[in-house]
Amino acid sequence: MSTVVGEVDQHDDHHHHAPSGITRWLFTTNHKDIGSLYLWFSFIMFLVGGSMAMVIRAELFQPGLQLVDPHFFNQMTTVHGLIMVFGAVMPAFTGLANWMIPMMIGAPDMALPRMNNWSFWILPFAFTILLASLFMEGGGPAFGWTFYAPLSTTYSSDSTALFVFSVHIMGISSIMGAINVIVTIMNMRAPGMSYMKMPLFVWTWFITAFLLIAVMPVLAGAVTMVLTDKYFGTSFFDAAGGGDPVLFQHIFWFFGHPEVYIMILPSFGIVSAIIPAFSRKRLFGYASMVYATAAIAGLSFLVWAHHMFTTGMPVFAELFFMYCTMLISVPTGVKVFNWVATMWRGSISFETPMLFALAFVILFTIGGFSGLMLAITPVDFQYHDTYFVVAHFHYVLVSGAIFSIMAAAYYWLPKWTGHMYDEKLAKTHFWASLISVNVLFFPMHFAGLAGMPRRIPDYSIAFADINQIVSIGGFAFGLSQLIFLWVVIKCVKGGEKAPAKPWEGAEGLEWTVPSPAPYHTFDTPPEVK
Amino acid sequence: MSERPTQPDNTRIVRRLLLTVVGMFAFGFALVPLYNVFCDITGFNGRFTDGQAAANTKTVDTSRTINVQFITRVNKGMPWGFEPEVQSVRVHPGETKVVNFFAKNLTGKNMVAQAIPSVAPGEASLYLNKVECFCFNQQPLAAGSDTAMPMQFYLDPEIPEHIHTVTLSYTMYDMTENAQPDALAALAQPVN
Repeated sequence: MSTVVGEVDQHDDHHHHAPSGITRWLFTTNHKDIGSLYLWFSFIMFLVGGSMAMVIRAELFQPGLQLVDPHFFNQMTTVHGLIMVFGAVMPAFTGLANWMIPMMIGAPDMALPRMNNWSFWILPFAFTILLASLFMEGGGPAFGWTFYAPLSTTYSSDSTALFVFSVHIMGISSIMGAINVIVTIMNMRAPGMSYMKMPLFVWTWFITAFLLIAVMPVLAGAVTMVLTDKYFGTSFFDAAGGGDPVLFQHIFWFFGHPEVYIMILPSFGIVSAIIPAFSRKRLFGYASMVYATAAIAGLSFLVWAHHMFTTGMPVFAELFFMYCTMLISVPTGVKVFNWVATMWRGSISFETPMLFALAFVILFTIGGFSGLMLAITPVDFQYHDTYFVVAHFHYVLVSGAIFSIMAAAYYWLPKWTGHMYDEKLAKTHFWASLISVNVLFFPMHFAGLAGMPRRIPDYSIAFADINQIVSIGGFAFGLSQLIFLWVVIKCVKGGEKAPAKPWEGAEGLEWTVPSPAPYHTFDTPPEVK
Repeated sequence: MSERPTQPDNTRIVRRLLLTVVGMFAFGFALVPLYNVFCDITGFNGRFTDGQAAANTKTVDTSRTINVQFITRVNKGMPWGFEPEVQSVRVHPGETKVVNFFAKNLTGKNMVAQAIPSVAPGEASLYLNKVECFCFNQQPLAAGSDTAMPMQFYLDPEIPEHIHTVTLSYTMYDMTENAQPDALAALAQPVN
């Protein structure tokens, strides 16, 4: 892995015709530029979607209706979900993939750089369309991010077409990104980089990309059917015309369940890079991690109806989906076991990436356990559509996916910027986030178990105290993320010079190139032994 | 970048992946007929094979009695009255029963409606045979008029032992905009 000596001057060797200013970013085909664009875009979307969460929590601070009207509240819950899923988490992972995968496998760039440019630059249009629909007469989408028919067909506002087209564009973007990742990994690995030598982040993204290719087209089909049902007189989901609204849920969750693994598998890859680095040990059970990831991806296609236990399925189907769902906890348990075993007798230090990774392991596991509770059909009848579900998926998505993205950002920031981030400030960000995220989401479990329904702007006064605590946690968590913004900007602007490998125990090709990573890396493929 | 010896064949992989994308898009739509077939075969979701059942030739099993309940509702915004003559009947498997349903058009316009059935538990839908049902056809009703609509059914004696109650629910939908020609023709006759 030492073949990259001499790459230091590489930047000067290439007096490439890169334009400067805005056109550099508009026309760029460089994987690092596009990675940065994705990451900044996702952070902006994170703040936009977060502001909507603040509106939701402000309205729910007290029982009764005070700040916004219920229709607007519904638009907030809907667009918050859409933006966080498609605008924040997914583009952040694609950004990390763009930055890191070529460097991790010793490739000079992504395999299809022009398509890469397209897949990013259509995203801002998608979200402009979605956000613009909020200002239309009748408001934006207000049917929940799951857009169940007939809410999204018979009862939706006139702007639904905008929602449909923006989801189409997001889907096209994800599919192009996934194709790019697959082709890059299959064709651009450095000599000697066999599949079973790839870092786990590359492996998890490889599998995620196949999931994206398999299910994003199904989502596109679902929104297309909503579009034709609403505007062109078809009856896919309209019982009066021979359709079936429950069919919508089947199609949606056939996409939707693999989608949740799309949002968590890359996290597993990130954590599998960070925990060994700061434990100064090799990852325990590399091969089992790969197989577990593949097993989770395969099983994710067999569990979709666990979102629909209350639709009146026959007992046999409920049992089938319940057992398959519980089966997923086996490969997931293998992963958690491997992370803990990696730390066992390691020489652990607690820099910010490690803190976020540790918080990920613990909090994601809590989210996994509440998922197991929800998987049990008879109790799901109680939990369904309550705040317990909200608590569950925020534990896996916020303290799971987003914490892993934060961990990744801190871990690779020195490589991206060439500067060390401010460790003290970063730790402040970590502790503020960790405490507030639990104040925010943990009490939701109790509100849900006590019967508080989700997506409703008002609630019984019995839930007043819990909601006040949750809202305070929410505001604190929102504000804490501004510390992150501060750390990143500070790190981009300057700071202690980062060496090529700032983390003692880190492994991988990305640490063999200087920091900041030159504009072009691995023009000559490294030799991997 | 020309130092790479052979540029591997990206196009082939991209073509295959794009084919998969197109295939999965088509699969999303294929789920619609697949779902219907699946529901018809298994009775999942209480859907019917809409067709008319053959006349009853089964032997009556007097050792069992099953309670058949009827629920009627009109779709949101549908200005009709719609109710069964009885809330429930007790039948032996194999026994043929006729139940009347009453519909009244409460508006001042001629309308056409369609009743959509659903059965709970879904499993029972495989054993509920309708010899005659208003739900097979669209129902035209002139402004302000009412009608009695018969439904003749029998339960197959094969119906599983554990089923003691079958609920048959009808939802009446306004189909005036999408009425079939024969339903419209029935309305075209002068009403006095």
